Amino acid sequence: MYARILGFAAVAACLAMPVSAAVALGDAAGTYSISPATSSIRFSIGKVGGGGLNGSFARFKGSIRIDNGDVGRSEVNFTIFPESVGTGQGRIDAFLRSDAVFDAANSPEIRFRSTSVTRTSDTTALVAGRLTARGKTYPEKFTAELGGLKGGTIKFHVTGKVLRSRYGMDVGTPIYSNIVDFDMMLTGKRG
Amino acid sequence: MVQTRLPFMQSAITNTATRYGWATILLHWLIALIFLGQLGLGFVMVRLTSQRTAFELIQLHKSLGFLLLGLIILRIAWRLGNSTPPLPLSVGQCERRTAPLAHLALYAFQLALPLSGWALVSVSTLEIPSLPFNLFIMPNLPLAESDAAESFWAAAHWYLAYAGMALVTVHIAAALRHHFQLGDAVLKRMITPSSE
Repeated sequence: MYARILGFAAVAACLAMPVSAAVALGDAAGTYSISPATSSIRFSIGKVGGGGLNGSFARFKGSIRIDNGDVGRSEVNFTIFPESVGTGQGRIDAFLRSDAVFDAANSPEIRFRSTSVTRTSDTTALVAGRLTARGKTYPEKFTAELGGLKGGTIKFHVTGKVLRSRYGMDVGTPIYSNIVDFDMMLTGKRG
Repeated sequence: MVQTRLPFMQSAITNTATRYGWATILLHWLIALIFLGQLGLGFVMVRLTSQRTAFELIQLHKSLGFLLLGLIILRIAWRLGNSTPPLPLSVGQCERRTAPLAHLALYAFQLALPLSGWALVSVSTLEIPSLPFNLFIMPNLPLAESDAAESFWAAAHWYLAYAGMALVTVHIAAALRHHFQLGDAVLKRMITPSSE
């Protein structure tokens, strides 16, 4: 009886704890594959006079490997299929898929391969890597924040800014900003 | 004291009772050049396979359209504030009556075409801002955005372009008739202020 009460208390205490205190990157060691169904990759491009163009990719895949001993040796890889871009406006989607922007017919994948992971706090890391789109590869950096780890499912909130002009996608500047703000909620399943 | 008088000196800028001044002449030809360029650009930009080039040409078309609107307002203000030389005495009664109407129609189309284009970008659900020549943000007209409104203004802009083109053709034909058939100075006086 006492044991059961203590057990409830421990669960309650865990639930009450903030995520950052409850899960640390070091505890999350393992390999995870990103589940597109419970993840999202959103982007936003500001435009002159305010507002912006917001969209997301429906199809992508990827994996996250958190190194057991050294978080710095962790790896993040993901591939986005630009054909799946969606902005809520069909004509803009067609424009983005066309050779004006993604050229999805000839360049069906946008790939990111991490080159280094630098831990910046208990729950955050700076992920540097190489982004390849339309045949062009440049170093990019993303900030990853651990959102939670539960039953082999890990959540990350990943943000970063990418200059689209580098990848031959500068159409529409300066009406639309050259900076693409990425906001990804990635859910990975262990194994 | 000897004074050299250049054609661009003040006396030749404004219109007089017998001739057009440089301001009217330059505005006329500048507007004519941009107007014809806009017609060509408008036809080409919607028929391109490259969406990138199409986007860029559409933005150029918008920039030139706003420039045209400004020039036309200037031209109408200049015309209202200046005298207009009368038609030569040799011009018949029928043309004497219809020419001012044709010119009025030309002014109306020159205003209506850029305004309908501005309405089109204002109501478009693509919500692409207007940044003429990448210099400043041109605000949208206060019109509600919708697919239906976009279709309406696109059609209006298109039909106005066709009608404007027909009117410009008549205008050019009339100018050529004056020059070659009637042999009067109606075309020449729109080329330099001192043709007669």
